[in-house]
Amino acid sequence: MTATRRRLTPYVLLAPGALWLIVFFVVPMYYMVRLSLDAGTLETGFRFNWQFSNYKDALSLYDSQFLRSFYYAGLATLVALLIGYPLAYAIAFKAGKWKNAMLFAVVAPFFTTYLIRTLAWETILSDQSPVVKTLNSLSLTSNGRVLATSGAVIAGITYNFLPFMVLPIYASLERIDERLIEAAKDLYASSRAAFVRVTLPLSAPGMVAGTLLTFIPAAGDYVNAFFLGGTNNKMIGNTIQGLYLTQRDYPAAAALSFVLMALIMVAVFVYIRFAGSEALMGEEAVGA
Amino acid sequence: MEAGTAAAPAYVRRESTASRAWGWLREHAINIYAGLAIAYLLIPIAVIIFFSFNDPAGKYNFVWEGFTLHHWGNVFGLPDLNSALLTSLRLALFATLISTFIGTIMALALVRYEFFGRRTTNFLIVIPMATPEVVMGASLLSFFLVLGTPTLGFSTLLIAHVMFCISFVVVVVRSRLIGFDRSLEEAARDLGANAFDTFRLITLPLIMPAIIAAALLAFALSIDDFVVSNFNSGTTVTFPLYIFGAAQRGIPVEVNAIATILFATTLVAMGFTVLQQRRAERLASVRPQQEEA
Repeated sequence: MTATRRRLTPYVLLAPGALWLIVFFVVPMYYMVRLSLDAGTLETGFRFNWQFSNYKDALSLYDSQFLRSFYYAGLATLVALLIGYPLAYAIAFKAGKWKNAMLFAVVAPFFTTYLIRTLAWETILSDQSPVVKTLNSLSLTSNGRVLATSGAVIAGITYNFLPFMVLPIYASLERIDERLIEAAKDLYASSRAAFVRVTLPLSAPGMVAGTLLTFIPAAGDYVNAFFLGGTNNKMIGNTIQGLYLTQRDYPAAAALSFVLMALIMVAVFVYIRFAGSEALMGEEAVGA
Repeated sequence: MEAGTAAAPAYVRRESTASRAWGWLREHAINIYAGLAIAYLLIPIAVIIFFSFNDPAGKYNFVWEGFTLHHWGNVFGLPDLNSALLTSLRLALFATLISTFIGTIMALALVRYEFFGRRTTNFLIVIPMATPEVVMGASLLSFFLVLGTPTLGFSTLLIAHVMFCISFVVVVVRSRLIGFDRSLEEAARDLGANAFDTFRLITLPLIMPAIIAAALLAFALSIDDFVVSNFNSGTTVTFPLYIFGAAQRGIPVEVNAIATILFATTLVAMGFTVLQQRRAERLASVRPQQEEA
């Protein structure tokens, strides 16, 4: 009796959460795929028809938005890594008494609303702002504007997802046993060699997690392109949002969402194969 | 990416001012770089707060025109903004309560029991966190569209928010449960407490800091959510949706003031949880020693 109860307890505890995730996350994915194979228009109504041509049509119409999304997301992830790794390193090994203050600064952007943070960038990069005027006087802008350029969108994405890069890298650096680095130096490794051969490989799991946590939301983002980009900087998220909510071409929109999901999955799997995976399935990789 | 910790030179050398300056720069390069990165992270927040005191000439709050406290005086004077804010608070409160409860018991099951289907459950928890928000929003909307019910609005928003909060609650509570000292529970059982009392009097108070942290995270995720809400709100307007809608016709300065208030509130809440956490850790570490004494 008690043995049976003990066997059943975990399922009882799991049931509400698992059901919620299955009914409102897994099942909707199925409906999205189904919707992507509907035929018809908003006027005539949509019905299920195995309409695979939706995919071909949507992809040929919006291929440039797809390419742009992955290009922006990839570049923003790279910049975030270049800014985030040294920052995480400084917090982990150099900050001393400033450590908590610096960690706080990294998460502080999360205390303000995502849209408002992006609007702040719109303010900073607007045509009249001191930043843009300075860039103009140095002839660093192409036509006197920063807003409505790909640079503005990439800067916004980098900013908004930078904490997702810094925190996992910090976590993996923090866990490194400093005696390993000392040992390398005792064995006549230069600072540079000790960094390249010991610190860097040991922090790889953090870098893998950080790049994924930055790249995935960045590839699907449409807020930055909406506020900071112009008509030539639209990402696939903007297209999906517009097709679902304004044009109401649901099958095309669903097809694009599914392709986005599939492409990200493929990118993630390729990346994990290439970069090594043990960090990812661990508890902490997603906990940041 | 030079670590900047050049080992102390084995011999002392007389250095010129220039090379000393160069040495100092090398030594501190990473700190300077990190300082700039921190500035990059904080400047937009300063801009948000700063522009809540702006007195814009037109309807767009992008150019600094002059200092005024007018918008702070009128901070709750825009009915649409107020109702959006109230909707967001109500939504975040319900989403937090539901997801924290569901997520906590899920975490308990995952840490405390061996059962068939663990890996699948772990996968089910991780995958929503690895899905772009736009896909989550789009798939839920497809689901509601095909079913034709329920009507998009508060209920569909609540469903969506609970859905994306659960995983984060599980992750936070689970990390605390993994480092949990079971001997305290065994002691309670030895002293005759039944399973329920042990949970209520020992386990729950000890994991409470993690539950509070998880609840705060869920609240923050919900109140900040734009993308998933954008797809599933129908005509219901939350705070982020209000901002998005107002962007075209110019966002009122009051939004900056409210953002500043939210920032300050989160700061206080964070400070409170950190203190709470430290207290709990102290209690957990002190107790066994007290018994010895």
